[in-house]
Amino acid sequence: FRKIELYEMVWNLREGLKDCLIAAAPYGGPIALLKESQRRERSASARPLLEIYSAAGVAMASFPWKSGVVVHIGWTVSDDLLCIQEDGTVLIYDMFGNFRRHFSMGNEVLQNQVIEAKVFHSAYGTGVAIVTGAFRFTLAANIDDLKLRRLPEVPGLQVAPSCWAVLMQDRQTKVVLASGKDLYMLDNTACTLVTPPGIDPQVSSYFQMAASFSYKYLALFTDTGHVWMGTSNLKEKLSEFDTKVRSPPKQMVWCRRPKSQQPSVVLMWDRLLLVAGKCRESIKYPSHCESFLVPELDGVRIVSRSFHEFLHEVPGACEEIFKIASMAPGALLLEAHKEYEKESQKADEYLREIKEQNLLPEAVRQCVEAAGFEHEPETQKILLRASSFGKCFLSNFPPELFVGMCLDLRVLNAVRDYSVGIPLTYSQQYKQMTVQVLIDRLVFRRLYPLAIEICRYLKIPEFQGVSRVLKHWACFKVQQKEDPDDVIACAINQKLGDTAGISYSEIAARAYECGRTELAIKLLEFEPRSGEQVPLLLKMKRSQLALSKAIESGDTDLVYMVVTYLKSEMNRGDFFMTLRNQPVALSLYRQFCKHQEQNTLKDLFNQDDDHQELGNFYVRASYGEGSVKARMAALQNAVDEFNKAKNEFSAKATEEQMKLLRWQCRFQEEFDKPYLDCSLHETVRSLLEDGKHKQAEQLYKDFHIPDKRFWWLKISALAEKEDWEELEKFSKSKKSPIGYLPFVEICVKHHNKYEAKKYVSKVTLEQKVKAHLALGDLEQAVEAAIERRSESDLNLVLSRCIPTTDRALLDKINHARAGVLKK
Amino acid sequence: MAAHLSYGRVNLNILREAARKELREFLDKCAGSKAIVWDEYLTGPFGLIAQYSLLKEHEVEKMFTLKAGRLPAADVKNIIFFVRPRLELMDIIAENVMGEDKQRLQRDFHILFVPRRSLLCEQRLKEQGVLGSFINMDEYTLDLIPYDGDLLSMESESAFRECYLENDQTSLYHTAKGLMTLQALYGTIPQIFGKGECARHVANMMLRMKREFAGSQNQILPVFDSLLLLDRNVDLLTPLATQLTYEGLIDEMYSITNGYVKLPPEKFTQKKQGEGGKDLPTEPKKLQLNSAEELYAEIRDKNFNAVGSVLSKKAKIISAAFEERHNAKTVGEIKQFVSQLPHMQAARSSLANHTSIAELIKDITTSESFFDKLTVEQEFMTGVDTDKVNGYIEDCIAQQNPLTKILRLVCMQSVCNNGLKQKVLDYYKREILQTYGYEHIITLSNLEKAGLLKPQTSTRNNYPTIRKTLKLWMEDINEQNPNDISYVYSGYAPLSVRLAQLLVRPGWRSIEEVLKMLPGPHFEERQQLPSGLHKKRQQGENRTTLVFFLGGVTYAEVAALRFLSQMEDGGTEYIIATTKLINGSGWINSLMDKLEAPPF
Repeated sequence: FRKIELYEMVWNLREGLKDCLIAAAPYGGPIALLKESQRRERSASARPLLEIYSAAGVAMASFPWKSGVVVHIGWTVSDDLLCIQEDGTVLIYDMFGNFRRHFSMGNEVLQNQVIEAKVFHSAYGTGVAIVTGAFRFTLAANIDDLKLRRLPEVPGLQVAPSCWAVLMQDRQTKVVLASGKDLYMLDNTACTLVTPPGIDPQVSSYFQMAASFSYKYLALFTDTGHVWMGTSNLKEKLSEFDTKVRSPPKQMVWCRRPKSQQPSVVLMWDRLLLVAGKCRESIKYPSHCESFLVPELDGVRIVSRSFHEFLHEVPGACEEIFKIASMAPGALLLEAHKEYEKESQKADEYLREIKEQNLLPEAVRQCVEAAGFEHEPETQKILLRASSFGKCFLSNFPPELFVGMCLDLRVLNAVRDYSVGIPLTYSQQYKQMTVQVLIDRLVFRRLYPLAIEICRYLKIPEFQGVSRVLKHWACFKVQQKEDPDDVIACAINQKLGDTAGISYSEIAARAYECGRTELAIKLLEFEPRSGEQVPLLLKMKRSQLALSKAIESGDTDLVYMVVTYLKSEMNRGDFFMTLRNQPVALSLYRQFCKHQEQNTLKDLFNQDDDHQELGNFYVRASYGEGSVKARMAALQNAVDEFNKAKNEFSAKATEEQMKLLRWQCRFQEEFDKPYLDCSLHETVRSLLEDGKHKQAEQLYKDFHIPDKRFWWLKISALAEKEDWEELEKFSKSKKSPIGYLPFVEICVKHHNKYEAKKYVSKVTLEQKVKAHLALGDLEQAVEAAIERRSESDLNLVLSRCIPTTDRALLDKINHARAGVLKK
Repeated sequence: MAAHLSYGRVNLNILREAARKELREFLDKCAGSKAIVWDEYLTGPFGLIAQYSLLKEHEVEKMFTLKAGRLPAADVKNIIFFVRPRLELMDIIAENVMGEDKQRLQRDFHILFVPRRSLLCEQRLKEQGVLGSFINMDEYTLDLIPYDGDLLSMESESAFRECYLENDQTSLYHTAKGLMTLQALYGTIPQIFGKGECARHVANMMLRMKREFAGSQNQILPVFDSLLLLDRNVDLLTPLATQLTYEGLIDEMYSITNGYVKLPPEKFTQKKQGEGGKDLPTEPKKLQLNSAEELYAEIRDKNFNAVGSVLSKKAKIISAAFEERHNAKTVGEIKQFVSQLPHMQAARSSLANHTSIAELIKDITTSESFFDKLTVEQEFMTGVDTDKVNGYIEDCIAQQNPLTKILRLVCMQSVCNNGLKQKVLDYYKREILQTYGYEHIITLSNLEKAGLLKPQTSTRNNYPTIRKTLKLWMEDINEQNPNDISYVYSGYAPLSVRLAQLLVRPGWRSIEEVLKMLPGPHFEERQQLPSGLHKKRQQGENRTTLVFFLGGVTYAEVAALRFLSQMEDGGTEYIIATTKLINGSGWINSLMDKLEAPPF
């Protein structure tokens, strides 16, 4: 075992550590002191002082304690201070003494009061266990997810247990307690009497008990002055040690490196510090002043008025190297390097010795490893230099080990510095805690620049490193109430810029929590991701702003989200007004209504006086109506709207449609045939096909159907009916506005060449070729084409000729073409 | 399977693989056997990403179409809904899920939203009381789908309607997201050009999204040198005109959907010998059309008039190749011949298919009505009598030709005349309502809103200026060996592609005046690249430009851009992206509102 001095404490304690409630957070965390004087003199004027120091004794906070009587103080895993009061209230402060929140350990406590409490850590977080005046235990395994558990009663327990400890076994939190010569194990459901194996039967009382850092082992100090060490399930005894001291120790803690075979416990009395281990011998350190033991993962920190020391088992690597006359490869390498520095040839001898045994890689490794265990930078340097020296003689020794160690040690040395005061051991604490957590701790201590330095130095990806630190910095910054909003917003933006992974919305959310809505809004301006901006703005009831941000983003789903929110929050009038000012949102909402709420759509158009759309709306609606009457009514509405919209065409067209509907109804009655839902054109055709020429004529006039179309309509209807007589009559009724080619074509279409021929003579000269072609009369077509001297007509005929059969014609055409072209 | 995607200048297979990976990851999240319930609309686009085999490998045993009522029985552990985020679909899903509970069969439900989750939809599911039934709710960001080696499409049918008619810019948001995905895979695009309101909006969103990712610098060497965003409403004329490339005509006549075309089967039957006399197939013939087919890649972008000669040349080459076998004497020669046989047989069947398709098309293109229609279109495009009622259109209405055709022509006339005189416009509208039915009044109103149909407001018609400045009409075109993009419409050079062409050389500054006449702003943005990613261009190395058509692109426009890519001295190669591949008819249809009255 060895004791290393970590710090000479810079604190200035008037009364030392006497009569103080002391708590120090593990992993080199801060130390909290609360003067215990409160119990004796309950005068309001002498309020106890709560002081918080860093591990180096640098004052971090100090304030008079104003609340109730504190039974116990302890630190959480995230460096928050828990103060457990007599009445069961637990107050949480951060390490700067800022009040965070509080919770209660249950109502029962109110009457019975807490007589003792313990704070413990587990994989679930930080827990609190209390024992009440009624000798009942209550615990909460994780204070961040508070679930109080009242443990079963211990039968026959009339006095407070002499000592107790919290254990974690199989993911369950248990309590071991001693009352007289009995030991009880309490879990959620039962209370079991237990006996540690191999315990001296003469033991009548247990003074002190301690669980190891990992809850794997338990140590008991008996009234016979023996320390019993064993596994925490009390199934196995590891060793027993007779301290020869009968008085109860002030503190007893485990001091054991994980995986070490040596179970050892440190006991502290007023003037004595004793390390008890497996062997018969013990190590005794006389102590001069009041101290306090802080168990760590791999050792014990000893805090006293003037010093802060670390006691731990000497690690294997260090022992190998520094043991006197050690012949371990590491020791030899160190020696070799020393000689080399002295420019002595002995260096070569040492090296040779190592190399002959093929142990050089091992030697290098030992030196690197040992460096990790050393506290003094000088020693670290010597060891690292030695290993680097050794590395020169190795061709393919992986560099990661050495480089990694150098990086990590620099970080550790930096955080060990007085101003920071986080003493960590490399191989156990630092590795166990990870860089991430270390950075978090620095952030908690508001040591942002150092945290960023470390992130950059270790090349931690921005997202997890620098950005996170900056975010915390910004979150802290927004809480500084004295600075005006825009100064803060500006400062934050300047520092953060567009750093990757910075979420301005998170910072803004923090600002909002602090009641600084304006600042939050300013900060949100910097947030590029609208998806993040919008929900927070809604939460802050800045719905208008949220809406414009959502629109800006172009993400329509986001717009819909805000719109739905507005719809539920606002009255209809305001809601519509808001939409009116945001055309994008309005059209999206219209889309929504079109599919979901037809009537709202109408209201929307109404509010905007959009008569055109209202007209269209009624038109659409008319098609949904089941009766002609209702449809007419809807169409009449449409006409009115179209008129208001000054859309004469639509109004007139709609009126005509109403007129048509009336006609169709009449026909439907008269001829018992469906006409509704036919277009005017189809209605007329239907009438013509049924020989209702008079009615067709009526519609033709009434609706001003253009002559041309009516003629087309009539001839195709007549041809369809094969009413050739009527067709001929019609052709002679007056001069055809569409010419007579359509007559020819329509007849041919219905396979009546005979009728078709009747009209050929009437076809104009220009169309004659086509007429002949339609009849399939190539020769006549050629004649006509030649007569017209038109090249395009000739070509047209040419394309219809079949080269093999129409030789003579082809010649004729070619000849004529040549003639035309010549001209 | 999708090798043709990687042949181009930009390997689009990377995008496809990324999409497939994401799909696989989602499927693996739902452990055990599964059935997929499809939003029917999605099956086509998904087909371009993953075949059934991929789904099967991941224990997809059944597939259903999403419809109201109860889910069909299936002995699977997971039911996965693949849906677009639409409220009406949520109601159907809710109904499905509620029906399920009663059957006492415990199955896990999941939803995969394509392309994005929607709070609104989740809210609806919550209101319906089924939100809790879903174990996984994820989004599958399928924005840009690789369609061919140089073509990306979002396959979003209604994008144009939503943007220009309903002022719903959701599809533009998806576009911007898609472009971000693209940049994540192919590097930041240093230059962005654009023309039109939507283009501006998309560019703004892209720049904004880039800020959202600020800090995480994209370290990929940029594949694209520039991006050109074009609004469809900058060039409304092009899609209205009848496409005259081979692929364009196939689309015009048989409409290509998600890379597949369905053709009348008659022409494809007699090919198999010895099976004569069997009954004719009634199922339409379904063919996949992409550049994986060598012959198709060669002829797709040619003017249809140039396709015949290529086909006959090919026919000769192939039969000559088959004749080779008579010359094969030695064992080695025969072996070589046999090894080539599969390739030759594929070539032969490909040739047979395309000969049949060409015949089908030719039957139509040689018809008088096709010719007449084309003549009128060309008259409009050259500015002949665009301010009067057109007799041909009148006749077509009188003969009740399909309404889509009429609307296409009337809109074209309106666009080419920068709006129609009120009298002319009203006449057409009245004719249409009287002939095709009053219910089309909404459709007409839609077309007016979209700007396709409008009354002339200013007295000046600026179309002739635009036509002349941009050389939209070329008199002497060479359909066989074209020297200008105008070959794709046999004379008319698509305005959109002209803009892309002029952007490269000599630059848009030379046509400022015309750009001002076209709707929407034009702009240029630059995106900073991290140092070290600036490309050092080799001598003679072409630039790569991504042209994004917001609101759809036609096959003819694609062909024109491909033509520009291949020009010797062009200096730029184009990759084309769009919300949807369109043709005039489908496009007009998407703007129509079909009102039907219930039977009395």
